[in-house]
Amino acid sequence: MSADFLYGVEVVINGLMSGVLYALVALGFVLIFKASGIFNYAQGVMALFAALTLVGVMEGQVPFSHIINATFGTDIHHFGWHVPALLAIALTLVVMIAFAWMVHTFVFKHLVGQEPIILFMATIGLAYFLEGIGDLMWGSDIKTLDIGIPQGGSMWVENISVHLGGEDFYGFFIDKLDITASIVAAILVIGLIVFAQYTKQGRAMRAVADDHQAALSVGISLNFIWILVWSLAGMVALVAGVMWGAKSGVQFSLSLIALKALPVLMLGGFTSIPGAIVGGLIIGVGEKLFEFMIGPMVGGATENWFAYVLALIFLVFRPQGLFGERIIERV
Amino acid sequence: MKDTVAPYTTADGRQIGDVLMDMRGITLRFGGVEAIKDISFDIREGEIRAIIGPNGAGKSSMLNVISGFYNPQDGEVWFRGAKRPPMKPYQVARQGIARTFQNIALFDGMSVLDNIMTGRLTHMKSGLLAQAVWKGRAEREEVENRAVVERIIDFLEIQAIRKTPVGRLPYGLKKRVELARALAAEPKLLLLDEPMAGMNVEEKEDMSRFILDVNDEFGTTIALIEHDMGVVMDLSDRVVVMDYGRKIGDGTPSEVRNNQEVIDAYLGVAHD
Repeated sequence: MSADFLYGVEVVINGLMSGVLYALVALGFVLIFKASGIFNYAQGVMALFAALTLVGVMEGQVPFSHIINATFGTDIHHFGWHVPALLAIALTLVVMIAFAWMVHTFVFKHLVGQEPIILFMATIGLAYFLEGIGDLMWGSDIKTLDIGIPQGGSMWVENISVHLGGEDFYGFFIDKLDITASIVAAILVIGLIVFAQYTKQGRAMRAVADDHQAALSVGISLNFIWILVWSLAGMVALVAGVMWGAKSGVQFSLSLIALKALPVLMLGGFTSIPGAIVGGLIIGVGEKLFEFMIGPMVGGATENWFAYVLALIFLVFRPQGLFGERIIERV
Repeated sequence: MKDTVAPYTTADGRQIGDVLMDMRGITLRFGGVEAIKDISFDIREGEIRAIIGPNGAGKSSMLNVISGFYNPQDGEVWFRGAKRPPMKPYQVARQGIARTFQNIALFDGMSVLDNIMTGRLTHMKSGLLAQAVWKGRAEREEVENRAVVERIIDFLEIQAIRKTPVGRLPYGLKKRVELARALAAEPKLLLLDEPMAGMNVEEKEDMSRFILDVNDEFGTTIALIEHDMGVVMDLSDRVVVMDYGRKIGDGTPSEVRNNQEVIDAYLGVAHD
């Protein structure tokens, strides 16, 4: 096989892996949108906040230390302990669930039945609020997140693939972090599907996503389900935050990955979990392949816009996305 | 206390028991409009109780009060001998009151079987983890729930469509699936909001038969709203008649049929 072809294959594999991360972010949007009709602009900031909290907890940072010091004239920054990664993840999850409860109880419970645009505006407010709180709690400096996920190219993959090509092929370069992220994301997605299909709460969640009135009539508490989906979205945000944070540091730009989820959602449809996954993979592979094949001809940096143009084309020909519910207007 | 009638047996051998639900002086307003004006009536265990009246009489509002979708401004709701505090619809459902809707509220994206299974949600008790790994009590519960659901599917003769997504079904079958979901909850009180609306004669006959059979075989107490006088008179043990939010008649079908006020409401009279 020619080296060019094999490098193409490598690009596709890498595209699939970054696509998994896009899918992960998109999944957070779909969960909330399906169950409550809220397009959660704050999903990206939730990922940032989760990653910040995780780093803070692990390093034993004192939350709100800046305010505390300014108010009481103290000079405390650290508790002086380090929390093991797994425990820190569990604690962060508790924080995200508490956050879900607060978001519902203080904001969206009072907005039930409002226009979608009002709900959307509320999530914009929420995004900036959460960003500010994140800064106040943990400080605004760039942090490194190291929970022990291996990084760097996998020698194993390189060694077994090097024989596929000739003299000028040196084997596939695949980052171990990307491999881990894909496995974690796959487990998360399978877990979510099992939850939705086979548990009482999952069934109730699907019921609420389908019809609120009918759900009430079979004894489902809408408030409980909404807190549940916000918690799940918080969990997905945590996983996405950890993977992206480990890759490129925990900093403000992390919240912008939410924007990459938009074209994924347009492709996959806002209401479909499989759609979010397939959409993420298509965008991931598409932008890497496009950059690899067309990029050199147009001067590169196509990854910045390719996803959006693809989504635009999709919007024109299939506005409901690949898997979204068909929009039929009856006259 | 209200005076109550002793339990008795009907001509066709069904047991009518004590008062199950007692509505006392219910008044419901929407802004300045009084949808229900000081209405009292009761529903007794084992009976088929109908609420009838012309369009806009407040029948659906009354059903929504019973099922907790509306909370009345005045009056008391007594269920199984206890006064019920204001409740959310899901809490009412958990008390054992199931309902169907005039405009059908089903989960269109799910199969018929899954839809009916949601009716069992109030009967599922095992923990989240146990359900996810499908162990012990969770497995037993699922088997039991499936057995109940299968029995209802047989009973309502919808075996052939059990895997079909509900969104694809014709209207009459959707109504039947909605009834099946309500039955799956094994309710103490079943509320049917115009179960025969929009049906042709044959479908109406089927539905009437199912309602009678449900009452007969499961002993379910049923309160139903219907437009079609003929159907109601054949089905029900006792009838409440509403007009403009007031109660204008209450009694057996033959009593109600001969009530002058009821006749006027249905046929219309000249007001001076």
